Amino acid sequence: MKILLMGNPNVGKSVLFSRLTGIRVLSSNYPGTTVGYTRGFMKVNNEPAEVIDVPGTYTLEPTCEAEEIALKMLKTGDVVISVIDATNLERNLYLTLQLLEKDVPVIVALNLWDDTKHRGINIDLDKLESLLGVPVVPTSALTGWGIKDLVKSIPKASAPHTPARSLNERWTLIGNITGQVQQITHRHHRWYERLEDASVKPRFGYIIAALVLTASFFIIRFIGEGLIGYLFDPLFDNLWTPVLMKLSNFMGGGGFLHDVIVGKLISGEIHFVESFGLLSSGIYVPFAMVLPYIVAFYFVLGLLEDIGYLPRLAVLLDTTMHRLGLHGYAIVPTLLGLGCNVPAVLATRVLESRRERFIAATLVCIAIPCVSGQAMIFGLVGKYGGGYVVIVYATLLLVWIILGTILNRLLKGLSPELLIEIPPYRFPPWQMIFQKLGMRIRGFLVEAVPIILAAVLFINVLFIMGVFDYIANFAAPVITGILGLPKESVTAIVIGFLRKDAALGMLALSPMTAKQMVIGSVVLTMFFPCIATFIVLLRELGLKDFLKSVAIMISSALIAGGILNVIL
Amino acid sequence: MVKSLTELKSDESGTVLKIEGGPGLLNRLGALGIIPGKKITKISSVSMRGPVTVLVNRTQLALGFGMAGKIIVNVNRDVK
Repeated sequence: MKILLMGNPNVGKSVLFSRLTGIRVLSSNYPGTTVGYTRGFMKVNNEPAEVIDVPGTYTLEPTCEAEEIALKMLKTGDVVISVIDATNLERNLYLTLQLLEKDVPVIVALNLWDDTKHRGINIDLDKLESLLGVPVVPTSALTGWGIKDLVKSIPKASAPHTPARSLNERWTLIGNITGQVQQITHRHHRWYERLEDASVKPRFGYIIAALVLTASFFIIRFIGEGLIGYLFDPLFDNLWTPVLMKLSNFMGGGGFLHDVIVGKLISGEIHFVESFGLLSSGIYVPFAMVLPYIVAFYFVLGLLEDIGYLPRLAVLLDTTMHRLGLHGYAIVPTLLGLGCNVPAVLATRVLESRRERFIAATLVCIAIPCVSGQAMIFGLVGKYGGGYVVIVYATLLLVWIILGTILNRLLKGLSPELLIEIPPYRFPPWQMIFQKLGMRIRGFLVEAVPIILAAVLFINVLFIMGVFDYIANFAAPVITGILGLPKESVTAIVIGFLRKDAALGMLALSPMTAKQMVIGSVVLTMFFPCIATFIVLLRELGLKDFLKSVAIMISSALIAGGILNVIL
Repeated sequence: MVKSLTELKSDESGTVLKIEGGPGLLNRLGALGIIPGKKITKISSVSMRGPVTVLVNRTQLALGFGMAGKIIVNVNRDVK
């Protein structure tokens, strides 16, 4: 049996899904598209059943790719659980009425049931059931209340075969139904409802946005640094270093294989950033430098997401984003990129057109420094004073705006207009936040880390064989001529093509002025994303657009670096 | 008085009179409950042709400026 979970976005469908299926969850892509969905398994009457979390949809007359997929998936299902936000029958019943017109058994889950009490809403369940002609079960997926009843009622799902109606007929019927089953008692606004309104009004909205983003930045740094200082660094220093030293001794303390695997010893010691070995830097960088910030970043982002703040930010930034050929919602992949560019490129899937996805992904790769990129910026430039760090960030922001504006002008097509629901603020349970965090970290470990390790190995071999010196000779005139960087930094910049962390270590060793460090950091950030992002970008854009994107990266990095060289 | 959503002031309410768009737009907005005859309240708008936030069917929606300009509303003076 195949059970489909269908409903509008923001009705707690995914939470209900994880309540029904537990932990055995698979994320898949609908074949031939970028629309993702999750499936899992449960038991109904002791028979195994497949459960599919269909992408959120408002209508079965599709208005976007995700809704087209939802319609196609509907044809494969044996039972549909129509998930409804009980605090908003009016809007949610539209999709349910459409489902009842189809030839498939339906059962209604009246989710967020506990919220109806706070909001002064009273719904007559029996009457709703008889008016719709299908079972209606109140649930509260967040607490798990009503889930058992829902599962028990699945076999009772029925298809009433109502005739197809027009859009206006459906809304008239909805007016009728809600008039009969729903009573709303008026009551005063709660404090967070006032905040809801304030956060989309420009005057307070921008102040709130600035506060939220600043607070997020400090919380991320606090958690990230805490994890590194108290967990990861001690783990590596006390447990991993002795093992590696034993291995180093065993391998004779030097030689080709030793340098590839363990890395070069620096004054007889292993240096986790500068040794460049597969088992030293290769493991330390992704796990102890990047992972802690990834954890911190996704924790804060997940919180903002689940509370419902991001759509409000999208509204405030829509005007700015439109100049870049994007609509406000593209702020989500952009923010993700500040953590790691890999999920950011993946997240551009939420954007509607190919054109938008291209612009957003290219901009993220060029102008949004990820956690390790930012560590590099602070490490290289920070020692000359905070002012230089500001120059780097300001340059990247300018590049983001200017390049986006240019791409918007050059690429054919219009940027679609924003049309989003602004959900009420909700306070998700910690368990849900950590579950999501766990899924994202797993994603990072599975998507990014293997590629990073493979790249470290590959580059180490090339580096030790002297291939980079050869390329460096070739690129030297450009780097010293246009960017004004010293000859010693050439190899570092070339290696930075593939490994930012390696470039960081090498640049730190080469004699450079503050100005040169600023240029070096900007160019390294813009030049190329890391190898993992590179591969994901190729997968998402296809070869032709990928090559276009890479050409834009290289040329804009050289132009921005050249301009900085002239004006600084 | 007849105005488009962009001309409506914040906190002003009215009834949707018509939507000046093709079937695609009518379908998109219709699925969210923005149809002729519906009561709609403007909550806020962002300056420089930014999006307009409205309340319809007890749901807050944000619409792009261009889209909001196509929604014509009959302003109801006595509905506060």
